[in-house]
Amino acid sequence: MDATTIDGTVRFVPNRTQSWLGRLFDWKPFLVFLCMLPTIGLLVIFLTYPLGLGLWLSLTDTTIGHRGDYIGLENFWSLYDDPVFWGAVWYTIFYTAVATAGKFLLGLWLALLLNHHLPFKAFIRAIVLLPWIVPTVLSSIAWWWIYDPQFSIISYVFVNVLHLRDTYFDFLGAPWPARWSLIVANIWRGIPFVAITLLAGLQTISPSLYEAALLDGASSWQKFRRITVPLLMPILSVALTLSVLFTFSDFQLVYAITRGGPFNSTHLMATLAFQRAIPGAQLGEGAAIAVAMIPFLIVATLLCFFGVGRRKWQQGGDND
Amino acid sequence: MTNTAGTDTAGLLAEELEEGLAKSTKDDPEYLSWDSKARRTITVYIPLAIFVIVLLFPFYWMAITSVKPDYEMYDYKQYNPFWVYSPTLDNIKKLLFDTEYPRWLLTTMGIATAATFLSVGASVLAAYAIERLRFRGAQHVGLLVYLAYLVPPTILFIPLATLIFQFGLFDSPISLILTYPTFLIPFCTWLLIGYFKSIPYELEECALIDGASRLQILRRITLPLAVPGLISAGIFAFTLSWNEFIYALAFIQSTEKKTVPVAILTELVTGDVYQWGSLMAGSLLGSVPVAIIYSFFVEYYVSSMTGAVKE
Repeated sequence: MDATTIDGTVRFVPNRTQSWLGRLFDWKPFLVFLCMLPTIGLLVIFLTYPLGLGLWLSLTDTTIGHRGDYIGLENFWSLYDDPVFWGAVWYTIFYTAVATAGKFLLGLWLALLLNHHLPFKAFIRAIVLLPWIVPTVLSSIAWWWIYDPQFSIISYVFVNVLHLRDTYFDFLGAPWPARWSLIVANIWRGIPFVAITLLAGLQTISPSLYEAALLDGASSWQKFRRITVPLLMPILSVALTLSVLFTFSDFQLVYAITRGGPFNSTHLMATLAFQRAIPGAQLGEGAAIAVAMIPFLIVATLLCFFGVGRRKWQQGGDND
Repeated sequence: MTNTAGTDTAGLLAEELEEGLAKSTKDDPEYLSWDSKARRTITVYIPLAIFVIVLLFPFYWMAITSVKPDYEMYDYKQYNPFWVYSPTLDNIKKLLFDTEYPRWLLTTMGIATAATFLSVGASVLAAYAIERLRFRGAQHVGLLVYLAYLVPPTILFIPLATLIFQFGLFDSPISLILTYPTFLIPFCTWLLIGYFKSIPYELEECALIDGASRLQILRRITLPLAVPGLISAGIFAFTLSWNEFIYALAFIQSTEKKTVPVAILTELVTGDVYQWGSLMAGSLLGSVPVAIIYSFFVEYYVSSMTGAVKE
């Protein structure tokens, strides 16, 4: 019906070659609707709706194959009394904090090194990104092999080459060594991203600022502290936010290397959620753990973004 | 004549070069003496070398393990583990012919390609609408899409698993093709909005005056100009879907439909004795496709990565 009326008006403009369809596609609101439809559709069905569904699942006792009933905060109360859950919360925070600090310190150092005039600079920059490109699970398997109790290459170097130790390291057999081993692997994987991002930030800093500082007799540390760091802050805050977010919700690395063991000591919240939900079939409980991550994620994101971002605002005045 | 002119310019060039060099050595305090050169080696080259070695060592170890015969791999006393004395293709052969590895590679490639096309297609339209059609609230929609990027898959996979099950897509590659865009679209849209911003709006205005329709403008003017942006979005989407793990682990059950990262971890790791040779060969081969794509487009990749972060 609608179509025929539009079709009718087209006949009154015979010179116009466009059909009603063509004109519909030129009508801005329709075009906006059409362009946004795939994106909004996919994101609503597979992101927004599951987010809400996750909240609902966490309030039910759903298991795989059994549609659960509403049980209120039961899942959360049982998690509250669960030492494994609190262990995972604690290790997730520790893992995120230590790994992020390591990534950013080493990444900043690497970025400063790459900012020098070097031979084969483009090539070095390209290969340095490799740990970030390669699928995390696959490089994690390589780390797993490096951490092997019997044939670890690190142990070999320490025992047979440097003669610093008598016994091989037990990287993944005891809680603390396993925790640190995972953090080292995570830092290894994260350095390239931080370095390349900060390098891009470094390259936007005008050399004239350093020249001016040189004329004023500034030391290298002063140049770094007063020019490099403040001007790097905007890009640093974005990179830091993303890095914290993705380290906190990490899953692959831990799942590939330790699967949460030994004695649940290396469970992250994400791996614990997976453990309980899919192999353990307790979808409701798993969803509750995943939901428990959300407040941490929001706090961490806001803290990084505004905590670091605000200092950029304050740089105008002379502070700290 | 020409000859003298040639030597003249060459002489001039050399003079200029010398002058430039002298200037740079004068200006740059780091080149002042031999002593500072030594310092530069200690402060720059040695740390950089250590960084490169540490960052690349796991790959070297992966590669060398995958071509080692078993008797060398487990005997550090007789054979230096850093080297391989009689390289063998046994591990790779076993991987390719005794397991379903080729099948996993194909599946992964198919899923990654489909998800990439779906996401880049949807993102181009969305980015065009947000950046160029300038409807009311475009900024807010852009922000919402960006926020979607901050939702990690690890808090979504449980409800998504139930959803996929309800749709009857469990254990089907389609479930992955449809769920990967949730993290690909936000990223690609973000990247393409930045790219569209760099294309002068005047070009579109001219076309509008010439009587082109909006769709014609998108197809004939904006898209051809945005090809570099599309390529970087495509590479990103492809590598991200190739690397995806948790959805593929949760939604796919049958051996033959698994993606490479999941299959290596769940199918090749069997029992208590790990076949390190095959595991490393599988990891290496699974990394090669993304590494190749990356090596071709490294400039796009680096610039778009840093560009997207800077936005």
